[in-house]
Amino acid sequence: MSPKAKKAGKQRSDSSKLRKQFGRTKIREMREFRGEYTVVVKLEALGEILAHCRDVLGYELLLDVSSVDNMGDDPRFEIVYELATMDDRKHLRVKAPVSEGEEIASSVHLWKTANWHEREVYDMMGLRFKGHPNLKRILMWEGYPYHPLRKEFPLAGKPSEMPDVAFSGVAPLEGGPFVTSPGADRVRGEPRAKGES
Amino acid sequence: MVQSHAAYDSKVEGNIIFTRLDSAINWMRKNSLWPMPMGLACCAIELMATGAARFDIARFGAEVMRFSPRQADVMIVSGTVTYKMALAVRRIWEQMPEPKWCIAMGACASSGGMYRSYAVLQGIDQLLPVDVYISGCPPRPEALLEGLMKLQRIIEKETPIKDQIAGIREAAL
Repeated sequence: MSPKAKKAGKQRSDSSKLRKQFGRTKIREMREFRGEYTVVVKLEALGEILAHCRDVLGYELLLDVSSVDNMGDDPRFEIVYELATMDDRKHLRVKAPVSEGEEIASSVHLWKTANWHEREVYDMMGLRFKGHPNLKRILMWEGYPYHPLRKEFPLAGKPSEMPDVAFSGVAPLEGGPFVTSPGADRVRGEPRAKGES
Repeated sequence: MVQSHAAYDSKVEGNIIFTRLDSAINWMRKNSLWPMPMGLACCAIELMATGAARFDIARFGAEVMRFSPRQADVMIVSGTVTYKMALAVRRIWEQMPEPKWCIAMGACASSGGMYRSYAVLQGIDQLLPVDVYISGCPPRPEALLEGLMKLQRIIEKETPIKDQIAGIREAAL
């Protein structure tokens, strides 16, 4: 059995273990794509399931916490936890849908690394974490009024002013952003201004 | 016969140059520009290369990188100035004593460069007066040296004594 197949087997058995443990009431969906396993859970059960992943299934490493903005959908956001083991024998992605204004149970008590990752999610996307010991901005300055990775926020930015701390302005995009169009032929795929500014 | 008039005696005195005070001051200033290395991104790597042996910025008297603004003459803004850093850069600029000059090194410091973004100041000249802009992403050390020589040529043409007298007059009014 190749190491890759071994890894896939472990991940498959883990996701079925999760389903057996928590059932359809707490787990919405299981997905597999090219050997990557994703478990979509209900937000209320997220903390409990992550704790189970760490303590019972042995995912002692949190690689990343990120968030997705599906503007127009309801629930609008998605929070994504990437789990792994120290010896890299298995990976697991745990996702949960988040409505606007809904709070997410913090995972800082499970993995210390979640502290800064969750702060980044809060800073960039504006999702709030319940039980986080120090939920303040990490990249932008305290008092910056926007969450710049949200879809409604323009790439060029918005003006803001915090006396003696920082200010921000609007970047001149000159008709940009200039982006390639994937899938088009060579000529139409060239970087072009999309006229969004 | 004893000659008693005061005259230039090349055997005793030697090596005297007559010049104007402005020119002398300018000559001293331009050949001892102490940089404040405002290294913010990859341009700072090229700045370090310029300071090292191969390119040897010491040839122009600018090798004394001062990490205290109080001792610096020229701020070399080398790198991307984010909005979060912008006021800190200006604060350091304000801490530098006069006379002072500024070199915006590279595309980011000059205009924001490729970062047409919510997070990046679109050119340091929005916050402080820039004397020399250097193109490049990042510029090669030769380009930085060329910029430094341009700045030296700017300093050559300054009129420090006249400016000082004008300043005193203005203060008296």
